[in-house]
Amino acid sequence: MKNQTAETKDLIEKKLLNLPIDVKGFVEKNVTPYYGDDSFLEGPTTRTNELWQVCLDAMLKEREKGGCLAIDTETISSITSHKPGYINKELELIVGLQTDELLKRAMKPFGGIRVVEGAVAERGLKVAEEVLNVFKHTSDHNNGVFSAYDDEIKQYRSLGILTGLPDNYARGRIIGDYRRLALYGADELIKAKKRDLKAVTGVLSEHKIRLREEITSQIKALKDMVILGNSYGLQLNRPAASAREAIQWLYMAYLAAVKEQDGAAMSLGNVSNFMDIYIEKDLAAGVITETEAQELVDQFVMKLRMVRHLRPGAYDDIFGGDPTWVTEAIGGQFNDGRTKVTKTSFRFLQTLYNLGASPEPNLTVLWSQDLPEGFKKFCGKVSIDTSSIQYENDDLMRETRGSDDYGIACCVSYQELGKRIQFFGARTNLPKTLLMALNEGREEISGTKVLKDILPLEGEYLDYELVMENFKKSMSQIAEVYSRAMNIIHYMHDRHYYEKAQLALIDSDPGIDMAYGAAGISIIADSLSAIKYAKVKPVRNEDGLTVDFIVEGDYPKFGNDEDSVDEIAAYITKYFSEELAKHACYKNARPTLSLLTITSNVMYGKKTGATPDGRKAGEVFAPGANPMHGRDTNGAVAALSSVAKLDYKDALDGISNTFSIIPKSLGSAREEQIENLTRLLDGYFELGAHHLNVNVLDRETLMDAYENPEKYPQLTIRVSGYAVNFTRLSKAHQMEVITRTFHDSL
Amino acid sequence: MKSETITRSGNLMADLQKSELLRVHSIETFGTHDGPGIRLVIFVQGCQFHCLYCANPDTISIEGGTLMRIDEIVEKAKKQKPFFGKNGGVTISGGEPLLQRAMLSELFLRLRKEGIHTTLDTNGKVIDKQTKQLLETTDLVMLDIKHINDDWHHKITRLSNVNTLKFAEYRESTGKPMWLRYVLVPGYSDQEEYLHQLGKHFKDYKSIQKIEILPYHQLGMHKWEALGWKYELEDVKSPDIASLKKATDILQQYFKEVSVG
Repeated sequence: MKNQTAETKDLIEKKLLNLPIDVKGFVEKNVTPYYGDDSFLEGPTTRTNELWQVCLDAMLKEREKGGCLAIDTETISSITSHKPGYINKELELIVGLQTDELLKRAMKPFGGIRVVEGAVAERGLKVAEEVLNVFKHTSDHNNGVFSAYDDEIKQYRSLGILTGLPDNYARGRIIGDYRRLALYGADELIKAKKRDLKAVTGVLSEHKIRLREEITSQIKALKDMVILGNSYGLQLNRPAASAREAIQWLYMAYLAAVKEQDGAAMSLGNVSNFMDIYIEKDLAAGVITETEAQELVDQFVMKLRMVRHLRPGAYDDIFGGDPTWVTEAIGGQFNDGRTKVTKTSFRFLQTLYNLGASPEPNLTVLWSQDLPEGFKKFCGKVSIDTSSIQYENDDLMRETRGSDDYGIACCVSYQELGKRIQFFGARTNLPKTLLMALNEGREEISGTKVLKDILPLEGEYLDYELVMENFKKSMSQIAEVYSRAMNIIHYMHDRHYYEKAQLALIDSDPGIDMAYGAAGISIIADSLSAIKYAKVKPVRNEDGLTVDFIVEGDYPKFGNDEDSVDEIAAYITKYFSEELAKHACYKNARPTLSLLTITSNVMYGKKTGATPDGRKAGEVFAPGANPMHGRDTNGAVAALSSVAKLDYKDALDGISNTFSIIPKSLGSAREEQIENLTRLLDGYFELGAHHLNVNVLDRETLMDAYENPEKYPQLTIRVSGYAVNFTRLSKAHQMEVITRTFHDSL
Repeated sequence: MKSETITRSGNLMADLQKSELLRVHSIETFGTHDGPGIRLVIFVQGCQFHCLYCANPDTISIEGGTLMRIDEIVEKAKKQKPFFGKNGGVTISGGEPLLQRAMLSELFLRLRKEGIHTTLDTNGKVIDKQTKQLLETTDLVMLDIKHINDDWHHKITRLSNVNTLKFAEYRESTGKPMWLRYVLVPGYSDQEEYLHQLGKHFKDYKSIQKIEILPYHQLGMHKWEALGWKYELEDVKSPDIASLKKATDILQQYFKEVSVG
């Protein structure tokens, strides 16, 4: 494989010096949309297989050592902190590791030295004195936040009304436009930043002073990237000039970010069609073959799978499975009507076959009604085979947000690349908020008085109007405290743990979305529906706190396409969103809201008392905006239709929905399964829904459900004209289902 | 018990007729096994047959279920249109839909006006004027043949297959599409000679697009227990791959498409 062709050089030169920086324009002009099927794809090379085996072995050792292979306790991680590391230098086409050894974790203590100390201690190690000494002379994000938090915020936090706030870990969610380093090279980017710095002049407001400091630190980060590149023998100062270089440069930019930061989610963006331009050029010039093109993508993705952050055990309680959320958005359409699907979109998905299924990188297909049929089919196939794809509504996001050049921050959030960023804010517990509305403003478990002016609810049964009035008051007060906490958090994060590597690859004064969140919307909808359409009698303890609710009669439940209850969910979302929007944000950020829990729905449930929908104390919440387990009794289309009624405009940070199914429930023959899955996605998104995580359960998962049925309360098995909840069958019949589900030969 | 149910069903159904109500057991909005594409499947309540292996014995009694207005069902189907694509639509299954055939004619008529594809999953036990009327608005018939031999048919369902075969003959005469469905029960419906007989009986039917083999399963057994009924096929296993293959091979000699559901 040669490094450069005359064509690519020519192509790059034409684009160069054509500032302002415009990656979007470059992609639009040079991309080759692909309308065909998956027949061109190639399997892994021997080299890829050998290299991946080294990674698999290392991951096995990592598991054996309790999930963490090694920690460098001597060094504060930075872009230039570590010597180059390799998986196997001979076999690697794309190089670069976070530390000098595969899977060795580095300390990034500016989020909070105490958390890092704790995480290191959990592994029986100790942070070097030298490192600890640094923090005798300086502060960190965690320290900064708590020096500014008021008592009320602390109370909200300790009672679990606001949870998971990034006040002792890095906020993440910012997506650097990593393509910039490949397209322009560091020298040009530094020049551009210097021009920006020069332009920040005149009467210096606080904003301008801060901006000057930020740009200066970004320039430093770009210089550090060049040093990082040099250590691997790469000249990142200049633009990439081949497919291999473009992928390598881009990876180096991402590597710089994950060496400096350990944000909860650090997405990659939308890089596949950018890479495709270089790959197409090299393929056309005969410099590489399809096998080699796939090999480059496989090796790049392999690197992304090896990204690790040092986390404390408590972190895993909220975000199970040591996730890094290297989210890559694939597909979608250009606003000019062409598809953004390229052959490299396919190549990215093909890595799930070549390297095996994996949750990372978090491959997210931007679904449009207009996507080429060949790509839709391939997505359906990959979903069924690997369960490793999630889907988001590209038509809806482009229409609502404007730009067609965007990535997905963390799990579900739209982020225009290089132009806007996001301030992550975890979420508030809505069911707990409702319970405070029923308990005169007291938290339901401790009895602590939290909210003001919440009138007692007298009478045997709950009155819908009175409950609503109290609930709205509660949401208003919570929105105000939430907003205060968020402003403090992001002010301090900028001050102590500024993402200079990522922001060096973003416009100097970007737009910002303040990303608020809410958990438990389906419990709210069902609770209010129960109060409205059935009779709900609260059971109170001697202190007058609700400990249980008796529901008399039936009521419409969220997840059955019943407007009467679905409208309640939509209304509360809108109301809470509007309450949040009443408060001014740090850096003039624009408030947005997500209905998303990731895996924290279990933890929220444990810490929340019984709710008026009949849910018992401690019972888990449904994830994201999902209907509550077992209450959607009319099948998947009805459940999806309910979620689709939540208005994206009221939850611009995203509305998450997880859909689990076994392959047979999608249809009998494989062709039917693919067809029905793509049709389901078309239908769901046509209704204006935002996100769908598709979980096609494999044999292994069903075996796990057989062993641990409590983990799968909503697993439904469908065969001809018949549906049953898996956990209700006897062991013998569960086994029969497993056998039956997977005897798909013939 | 059975005959009593049937007598009573006659009156009950007449009452329903006037009020435009259907007696419905349950609804599945993501039906992927009861007709082409994604389907809204309405499982109606009540059946004349009492099949030994019935997977939905709770649909047999005519008295259970809930009453739904047909305009409600039409509304549901209209809402679900984005999911239907070019293949999907509404399937009426059961229970046995023909017990409520007059009302279903009205329902299918309205669905058709909305451009929605209609499928009837039936045992074909009733073939009269009203059934014929219903078939006019039925885009696809899925006819369940329990057994081609009448003695075995009795053993399995307690009733005869004569009407079912007449039903098939009538559908054939209309020239409109039909699928056959055949539950393969080891020891009951997997005899080679009868599979050949089934094939021979239908081989010249032009309306039959395919035959679906539905492998017997015991997933409905817990429902029998819940009803306090004895499940007689407790010891009968699902057909193994070899016997499914054998049945497929035989039927392929007579039908242009054989699938396993």
